[in-house]
Amino acid sequence: MSSRAERTSGRNPAASAVGGGQDLQDLLSSFQGRSSGEPSPAADPVNQAMIRHFVEAMGDENPVYLDEEAARACGLPGVIAPPAMLQAWIMRGYRASLELERARAAGESAGSPTDELMALLDEAGFTSVVATNCEQDYLRPLFLGDHLSVRSSIESVSGLKQTALGAGHFLTTRMDFTDARGEAVATMHFRILKFRPRQSPRSAVGAMRPRPAITEDSAFFFEGTREGRLLVQSCGSCGKLRHPPAPACPECRSLDWDAVEVSPRGRVLSFVVVHHPQVPAFDYPLVVALVELHEGLRIVADMAGVEPADVAIGMEVEAGFEMIDQEIALPRFRPVGR
Amino acid sequence: MSAQRRHSYAGRTALSGIGATEFSKKSGRSELRLAVEAVAAALDDAGIDAGDVDGLVTFSADTNPEIEIARSLGLGELTFFSRIHYGGGAACATVQQAAMAVASGVAEVVVCYRAFNERSGNRFGAGVQGLPPLPNAESAQFAWYAPYGLLTPASWVAMFAQRYMHLTGTTSEDFGRVAVADRRHASTNPAAWFYGKPITLQDHQASRFIVEPLRLLDCCQETDGGQALVVTSLERARDLRHPPAVIRAAAQGSGADQHMMTSYYRDDLTELPEMSVVARQLWETSGIGPDDVQCAVLYDHFTPFVLYQLEELGFCARGEARDFVRDGAIEIGGRLPLNPHGGQLGEGYLHGMNGIAEAVRQVRGSAVNQIPALEHVVVTAGTGVPTSGLVLGTDR
Repeated sequence: MSSRAERTSGRNPAASAVGGGQDLQDLLSSFQGRSSGEPSPAADPVNQAMIRHFVEAMGDENPVYLDEEAARACGLPGVIAPPAMLQAWIMRGYRASLELERARAAGESAGSPTDELMALLDEAGFTSVVATNCEQDYLRPLFLGDHLSVRSSIESVSGLKQTALGAGHFLTTRMDFTDARGEAVATMHFRILKFRPRQSPRSAVGAMRPRPAITEDSAFFFEGTREGRLLVQSCGSCGKLRHPPAPACPECRSLDWDAVEVSPRGRVLSFVVVHHPQVPAFDYPLVVALVELHEGLRIVADMAGVEPADVAIGMEVEAGFEMIDQEIALPRFRPVGR
Repeated sequence: MSAQRRHSYAGRTALSGIGATEFSKKSGRSELRLAVEAVAAALDDAGIDAGDVDGLVTFSADTNPEIEIARSLGLGELTFFSRIHYGGGAACATVQQAAMAVASGVAEVVVCYRAFNERSGNRFGAGVQGLPPLPNAESAQFAWYAPYGLLTPASWVAMFAQRYMHLTGTTSEDFGRVAVADRRHASTNPAAWFYGKPITLQDHQASRFIVEPLRLLDCCQETDGGQALVVTSLERARDLRHPPAVIRAAAQGSGADQHMMTSYYRDDLTELPEMSVVARQLWETSGIGPDDVQCAVLYDHFTPFVLYQLEELGFCARGEARDFVRDGAIEIGGRLPLNPHGGQLGEGYLHGMNGIAEAVRQVRGSAVNQIPALEHVVVTAGTGVPTSGLVLGTDR
């Protein structure tokens, strides 16, 4: 987290340094629209053996998938493949998957853009995956002997979403299936959630932390932390930044304000080491710091990644964001570089 | 910044009765009963009939409604009742409310009270860990601290103390000198919990950390008990049982960018501007200054803020309180005897109200650790919060 780059953002010069949550999001968004290039052919043409395995496994007794006569009786020119079997024709198979893993481990090609994207999310801690949706459109039946090719493209990558499984990004891939003549036969939209597995309740940031009381004046802050962004109020009239939140600007009394992102980096202005009393949600001794952000605002949060004896006033720190329960994420400081 | 030069009730009102329960760790009685006992004791001390009471003032933090006390003691009709917010910051302000009511003719006899089972019941030292996260500003102010483990008064004060030490060179031993003085004074006060139990600086340094840099012996006690104070006109007080403790000044103060114990957003953390607001009014209204005070009863929930207060009240320059406490100035016989009853570290934690009672005894000349030739005593209320203060003097 400490190696995040910073970038310059829009309207408020004082709030120009932007945290890593936004950088990752930008990187993810850059994958949108990227495709695998030329359609790649399936290993095998549509064939009876694979169909038989599929319908037996699925318990599908419709005779049009196996019996030529039954198919003709339905007005079909011959046996067709079960439509839902579409993806099976282009799956790369076990060996190809192993080869891809090996290549990735050796630092060679990361494969298709989808493979690259998956690797990127793995590195960012979104190591788990679950398929959430699959939509298929069939343009014509597939017959024995049809040889399909597929071209995949990344249709969308969502922002960070909180789900019952954990925080993650939804990826939607579009696959265009064509036949040997290059004619479209089907399309598929496949959506997965790549997520950070939820930590156990007794972990360092447990479920029993006191919950913040949230009002209409402060809700934006916690919406920001859920997206890994540190948001503060910026006066809509004079632009002065403020934290903790308040309904009006103490400089010009304007009730107008925007939530702007500020860098989660700053210096320790003061700190304490809590020993007693001990609350189950925290690990003690617990370091809590008052940090002066680079924008000049101050914020309190606990610290990780440092021994209490090594904390010092003036220390450079940077906040990451961690979920404390299913809804609330909070900043947590670490020394820069650790 | 627009405080009057002189408050009109000052010099015309007095504390004419004080009363308390024992200070314990487990009272075994309801908080309401503690309040009733304390109010009754204060009226007895003053020599005023319960039926003469027409006003009651307490803290908004208190759980004992005025009407319950009135019903219990048969006080009859009340024409004035008021509560002050911000925890221990309310203490001296209850007396100010009473004095204003008396001076303005709204009431004639007003009793200020505070009672709780703060050790055996709801312990303040446990902090706000159980506070429900209600969607209002009172609750939401803790959202910036509690979820990160900054849950207790000790932790909120420790954040100031660390910065103060860093900038002024003050040490843990300097904080310890406050505790040592308090405990020495408590050791000769039979009403004190730590009666007969003085400590040394070595004891302080050997005590465990609660929230670094604060040690156990930097933190005040948790106490069960009740304390009440009777306020009347000075004229009426002169006809009562004890010499009046004249209210020479009473003041409330909230500083710019004030927070509840967590005013971490001001230029630096080495000042208590709210106490400066109080001090300015106290000196302007009483017409005296720090040199005219023979005793200070300073709110001592945590030792560091006693040093801050010495600076805010003008007893020493900024950043020099550590030198002030090093030469024995706060001991009895020193330049400014501090908390002769033992303070909240030594006698008991009654949210500052027992300190006001001690100031009354000092003015009467009846304290167990009496300061000789005393004319004026300054009293302060809770620190780190919007607060209040008093200057009490003899009727001369």
